[in-house]
Amino acid sequence: MNKAQDTMLYLDGVSVAFDGFKALNNLSIIVRPAEMLAIIGPNGAGKTTMMDIITGKTRPDAGDVYFDGRTDLTRLDEAAIANLGIGRKFQKPTVFESQTVWDNLEMALKKPRGIFRTLFYSASGEDIARIEDILDTVRLADRRDDLAADLSHGQKQWLEIGMLLAQDPKLLLVDEPVAGMTDAETVETARLLKEIAETRSVVVVEHDMSFVRDLATRVVCLAEGSVLAEGTLDQVSANPIVIERYLGR
Amino acid sequence: MITQALLRALDKKAIWLVAILLALAVAVPAANLLIPAGQPGHVPTYIVTLFGKYLTYAMLALALDLVWGYCGILSLGHGAFFALGGYAMGMYLMRQIGTRGVYAHPTLPDFMVFLNWRELPWYWQGFDQFWFACLMIVLVPGLLAFVFGFFAFRSRVTGVYLSIITQAMTFALLLAFFRNDMGFGGNNGLTDFKDILGQPVQAATTRGALFAASAIALALSVLVCSMIVNSKLGKVMVAVRDAESRTRFLGYRVEYVKLFAFTVSAIMAGIAGALYVPQVGIINPGEFEPANSIEVVIWTAVGGRGTIVGPIIGAVLVNMGKSYFTGALPELWLFALGALFIFVTLFLPKGIVGLLGQWRDMTARREQAPAAPPPPAQAAVAAERGEDPATLGDVQPKPAE
Ligand SMILES: Nc1ncnc2c1ncn2[C@@H]1O[C@H](COP(=O)(O)OP(=O)(O)OP(=O)(O)O)[C@@H](O)[C@H]1O
Ligand SMILES: [Mg+2]
Repeated sequence: MNKAQDTMLYLDGVSVAFDGFKALNNLSIIVRPAEMLAIIGPNGAGKTTMMDIITGKTRPDAGDVYFDGRTDLTRLDEAAIANLGIGRKFQKPTVFESQTVWDNLEMALKKPRGIFRTLFYSASGEDIARIEDILDTVRLADRRDDLAADLSHGQKQWLEIGMLLAQDPKLLLVDEPVAGMTDAETVETARLLKEIAETRSVVVVEHDMSFVRDLATRVVCLAEGSVLAEGTLDQVSANPIVIERYLGR
Repeated sequence: MITQALLRALDKKAIWLVAILLALAVAVPAANLLIPAGQPGHVPTYIVTLFGKYLTYAMLALALDLVWGYCGILSLGHGAFFALGGYAMGMYLMRQIGTRGVYAHPTLPDFMVFLNWRELPWYWQGFDQFWFACLMIVLVPGLLAFVFGFFAFRSRVTGVYLSIITQAMTFALLLAFFRNDMGFGGNNGLTDFKDILGQPVQAATTRGALFAASAIALALSVLVCSMIVNSKLGKVMVAVRDAESRTRFLGYRVEYVKLFAFTVSAIMAGIAGALYVPQVGIINPGEFEPANSIEVVIWTAVGGRGTIVGPIIGAVLVNMGKSYFTGALPELWLFALGALFIFVTLFLPKGIVGLLGQWRDMTARREQAPAAPPPPAQAAVAAERGEDPATLGDVQPKPAE
């Protein structure tokens, strides 16, 4: 427990196997408050699986997972973990396609999640202002009444980032946010994530190296379910093992 | 807070629908009772009862749509909640027979005397009181749905598996209610009703009142459903339908969202069943037949799931077809129903309402002319026929290209 103190996210010795295949193998990672961590690594390295474990979708076979220095995440389910303040953007953008951009954000907005509170909810002026604010941030203000299904791939990514912001989490897990984005959008996303990381912890998984360079933050390279190398992007990408196992391919 | 929710419920479509139903609640019994038989405008009593029955079916279909169309739970056992509500009403009606039964026993219904029972079983106590029966009509289906849903949704049973266990639930109830020693009249069920609230069930006035009650109950159900689906919870229900696990990661307890919808829906189905029984004059275990519950799914699919008006249109139209077929060509009905379902699934995934919507979009685009709302006279005619004047413009044949 002591080791977890002053961390926002603390993973120690986490392992999980699917049908004997070790997707995570004794993985240990620490994220501090208001710190951004970029995670790179080859396909199948276990990056998404790590997020599944943090958010309660998958239970680890072994290891400790602590949030905010004290909460054991392995005992909680998805909804409880989300309500603690952990937001997640999925690798494949998943927004609610048959609903409008506005409704997607309204559902994500940090508000009591109880059944009857939700039934009798009506948006206060403050809530509306907050959603409008987010719409501006993710540049979807003119699409607010459109169905999410009608957005481009990049816009869906941004809507999902907007939903993350609406949730107002302490820790954001962002899985491949710039897939399908133009170069300009990618640069913009890096800027936005850096801004978010000034006040919250952010974990970003990405294959796009120029994007990771833009983030200018600590980098961890995963392979075969454990940490291969750690440091700045330059240090990690100069590492001969990383070159052999990931970058060189 | 509550008033805001109510205001939200009254969107334009719901107002129309409620207004039409309330107009029908007055107009149809009036046309039956005030206009003498043989004169134009008279509605015969059997039609009043027949359409009263359709209205209870419509309410059942609307209840199913709340869980299926909006929340993605395909219940193949909703007939069970309908039947339970019906049995609760049937028990009240049995107790009203009093000494007028064949055996003239003051408290025991005929079938209990026939089985040599000495006294009323504990679970028949209180059913001589109308208020108690009403309570049970709400409580029994509601409680069953709550307990069933609590375990099913908590263990994350979804999709086909959930459909199968709902079907198993209604089948188990079917078998149980068939047994004589259960004390619900076994195979024959409950029938030969005499009075409801002191009025003879067969009287035209009572029939009219039951029709009106059914129309009003359906109108209230429309309001309740409309309030739910227009609320944020309604949006979350749709989110659960479309991407259940994503909804969890937003922090919503999906199992409670489903449980809420399922329980509200079961209560609505129970009330529909309670209104159905005095109009048809009998409730027997056949109402628990799994096939009945599947028919409700077909009505809803035909009308258009995920809409408020769709299941109502579907239930009334399909049952009008059924009444016609079972009279004229009884052996063909099941084939017709099956064909209808396949046709709708393949070609009309959004049902009749979806078709009307498509039609509207197409004609609006083609004509580019501002589609004027129907003139008031036309709307009034439509209201009399029980159509939604909002969709009237679409019903009229359009010249081909
Ligand atoms: N639920 C599961 N059941 C079985 N195997 C799984 C499951 N989830 C992940 N895996 C396997 O675990 C391994 C790690 O997958 P993961 O999705 O975490 O990789 P990743 O690092 O996110 O890769 P990518 O860069 O392609 O997204 C893969 O081989 C995958 O097939
Ligand atoms: Mg991945």
